[in-house]
Amino acid sequence: MRIFDPHIHMTSRTTDDYEAMYAAGVRAIVEPSFWLGQPRTSPASFFDYFDALLGWEPFRAAQYGIAHHCTLALNPKEANDPRCAPVLDALPRYLVKDNVVAVGEIGYDSMTPAEDTALAAQLQLAADHELPALVHTPHRDKLAGLRRTLDVVRESALPLDRVLIDHLNETTVKEAKDAGCWLGFSVYPDTKMDEERMVAILTEYGPEQVLVNSAADWGKSDPLKTRKVADAMLKAGFTEDDVDRVLWRNPVAFYGLSGRLALDVAGTDATHEGNSILRGGA
Amino acid sequence: MTDAPPGIAALRARTDASLKETARTWLDKAAAEAAAADGGKQQTHTTWELRFAEAGRRCGAEHADSARIVLLHAARADTATLTRLYEQGAAAERRAVLAALPHLVAGPEALPLVEDALRTNDTRLVAAAVGPYAAEHLTAHHWRHAVLKCLFTGVPVSAVAELAERARGDAELARMLGDYANERTAAGRPVPDDLHRVLALTTPPPHKAEES
Repeated sequence: MRIFDPHIHMTSRTTDDYEAMYAAGVRAIVEPSFWLGQPRTSPASFFDYFDALLGWEPFRAAQYGIAHHCTLALNPKEANDPRCAPVLDALPRYLVKDNVVAVGEIGYDSMTPAEDTALAAQLQLAADHELPALVHTPHRDKLAGLRRTLDVVRESALPLDRVLIDHLNETTVKEAKDAGCWLGFSVYPDTKMDEERMVAILTEYGPEQVLVNSAADWGKSDPLKTRKVADAMLKAGFTEDDVDRVLWRNPVAFYGLSGRLALDVAGTDATHEGNSILRGGA
Repeated sequence: MTDAPPGIAALRARTDASLKETARTWLDKAAAEAAAADGGKQQTHTTWELRFAEAGRRCGAEHADSARIVLLHAARADTATLTRLYEQGAAAERRAVLAALPHLVAGPEALPLVEDALRTNDTRLVAAAVGPYAAEHLTAHHWRHAVLKCLFTGVPVSAVAELAERARGDAELARMLGDYANERTAAGRPVPDDLHRVLALTTPPPHKAEES
């Protein structure tokens, strides 16, 4: 079984997680830039973080045989801090990097005017750089947040079929699907979705354009939730082809819209000796 | 490109021969844009610098280093530009800047980039940092630590340029290698084969008759 986790914050995870993920079948991941728990106070702090997502973290992932790409953006929560707003001006030089496969995660947190501005500006950046966008839905007031998000996307230069709406659930999936977006579901131990509810949604809405992620980070989360959903799907009678579609082909198709997805690390069985890591490096 | 040193000309020919048609056309155009730039001294991001960033997906990962070196040379990038591109670059871009140094920088002024790369634990950067530019300019202290870093991080010492020449007669390097070997042995861990290779290089070769 091959698994692509399309949303996981590996910066917050350990090497044990990488080993366990590989053993569970994870061969590719996308790490969206996000809030770090501790608010940042200057753009430079973002730049070091972006550089890590383009440098150290893919190196670390490759040591465990996992291809690592990222999405970059100013997240909605910190878009409200004027000290961090200049990050938007620096994003163009980051969005041209080979490993960036989308703008994200963007969207709403508290639905403020500053978040409106950041969301619209970054959807335009995605269109300008021929990148898709990863747009999360807010934790609070989720359905209203989804509707406002879809309105902003419709007014943007980015087509809805180049947008992945994430953190969906039973109350938001239908409107996102009807809008023609890609559908992202985060499976968590206590909050967001769980495996059984995920299977129920797949049964009702089908596997088309559905992506399942662990969204694992520094909170209570589980980087193996993708595998657990795959197992739950098989147990519920889905075929191996269905599982491969949801957990591999759909994320490959969505992030492949960038034209920048390179999954060869996963195929080279990278070792600690680093032959694949060093390829072309000496 | 008429004034390209032999190394760059050969690199360009090899790269052109192995690139697919679309990638070769892309590189030709990007190199022309770089050559037309103002000596690589702009402080803002110009078209060729964006091309430098995207070279991996345009030419393929295996040709990315070569393509980026071609662009840096075409732009006549000076140390200030190289430093900016390194600092603002993803790991693959940093590696290309390091590989371009012997072609573009005559003196030791770009050493801070090499020293930065040697402080990382990213073996792609460490391997690129110990090339010919480091061999020529790195101080003895930093060079010895670079060799040790290769042994620590598993970078093959075959990546170290002019290893035999710089190691020959280096008693301090021999001492460091010996101490490291003792530390490994005391911990019950194997001593890397590369350590013995380098250690053998630190003494001037004995007479042929005594070779065993």
